[in-house]
Formats: sequence, structure tokens, C-alpha cells
Amino acid sequence: MWVYEKKLQYPVRVGKCDLRMAKFLSEQYGGADGELAAALRYLNQRYTIPEKVIGLLTDIGTEEFAHLEMIATMIYKLTKDATPQQMIEAGMGPHFAAHDHALFYENAAGVPFTAAYIQAKGDPVADLMEDIAAEEKARATYQWLIDMTDDVDIQDSLKFLREREIVHALRFREALEMIKDDRETQKIF
Amino acid sequence: MNEMHESSDHLLHDLMAVDFVLLELNLYLDTHPNDAQAVRQFNEFAERRKHLVAQYEKQFGPLMNFGHSLSPQPWAWNNGPWPWQM
Repeated sequence: MWVYEKKLQYPVRVGKCDLRMAKFLSEQYGGADGELAAALRYLNQRYTIPEKVIGLLTDIGTEEFAHLEMIATMIYKLTKDATPQQMIEAGMGPHFAAHDHALFYENAAGVPFTAAYIQAKGDPVADLMEDIAAEEKARATYQWLIDMTDDVDIQDSLKFLREREIVHALRFREALEMIKDDRETQKIF
Repeated sequence: MNEMHESSDHLLHDLMAVDFVLLELNLYLDTHPNDAQAVRQFNEFAERRKHLVAQYEKQFGPLMNFGHSLSPQPWAWNNGPWPWQM
């Protein structure tokens, strides 16, 4: 069961129309290392992961949906006032032709989201290693996105998200150690 | 109108800050379940959160759906602004 809270996790301030940046931000909306992929990956792995780690996957998976909402808010605000001509000039013509001003789960190059981006191996070490890698890749993407804009408000929200990836990676590393310790214990006794 | 917005921003900011502390403690405790001090801090902030939410909802309407927030008359959940409209 999930419930919705009518607020963002962290403020998103957008004062202008910037289609170029909106297109780049799609990478974290519907891209391979984006927030949708992260949320779906962790919540799906919960069913077969050792008991000790189910809470962590549930909580981080849930937080990723809050991040997805922040990215959606940025894209929505950056594009909502754009004219078709501005969309075309910014390389968003193909998006506009299919979706108007609607958001779509696609990456920065316009490739639609696919479940093939995420894995569920059923092996706890393999799954947690993938989760750590996913967080590191998302952190790197946020850094590139921060480097691509001089809008300090957008940078502020992106820096918050970048820091969250670092914390998640740390927690997944701790979870991996917990699982490895358990495996060792099982071998000894 | 302006005053209301300022007050809304202020309360929302406080709530976001408390929620951030709770989220961080929650994730930390998921991998450090025996840290009694962190559990105490978590419960303390959870209590503080209840008061903030009550204050916020009194002024700006229900924060959560499905019965986790009470509704005034008439039904207020549909009222904006939604988070991406603020």
C-alpha cells in the first residue's frame, strides 16, 4: 500500500522556460539510470531479497518516487509555456509531435523507457551490487546535469538529488556487508 | 495573499526539514537497527512531525489521501495548488 503526500521532498524553483535543460533532465525521468528505473528496480527486488534488507529496499524505492516527482516538476515548469516553434528549435519537435506538453517516460535522446534497463537476478549479492552501481551512475548523471546549466535554482535541486544518490549507495553497501556476514556465519555453523 | 504564501512557505519548509531528518534516520536505522540513540531521535522527530502536520493542514488543507488526513467541508483534497503548481 502507498499513500500520497501533497508536497515535494525538496523545493524545486523554476523561473523561466528552458527547453534544452528540460530535454537533458529527461535522462533522470525515463532513462536507464533515472528515478523511474531506480524505484521500479528496488521495489521489485524486495520479494526475493533476504529479510534484513526488505525495509531498506522499500524505503529507498519509495524515496525514488519522490525524486521522480521532483524531476517531473522541473520538466513541467521548464516546458509549460513553450510554443511549438520554441520546441522545434530546442530539438523537442519530435516530442511535441507525439506528446504536446505532456511528460513522457523517455531518456534525453527520446528513447522510451524499457524494463530491460533494470535487472532482478534473485541473487542478493548480484542485486545489491546492481543497486550500488545504479546509484553511482545516477550520481554521475546528476553531476553532468549540474555542469550543463548555470541556473542556480535548478542546480540547487539537482545537488540535493546528487547527495541522495551518495547516501543510498552508502546504505546499499552496508546492506551488502550485512548479507555477506550472514553468508559467512552460515558457512561456519 | 502574499502573507499567506509566506506563511505557507515557512511551514512547508519546516515540514520538509523535519521529514528529511526522519528519512535519513529511517534509512540509517534500516542498516543500524541497534542504535538506541538514533531510535530515540527518530521517535522524537516523529512526534514533532505530528504537530507540524496538524498546523499545516489547519491552514492549507489535507496533506495526505485515503484517510490519513481529515477533510473539512466541502471535500478539500481536489483543491490546488499541487506540488508541481507551486
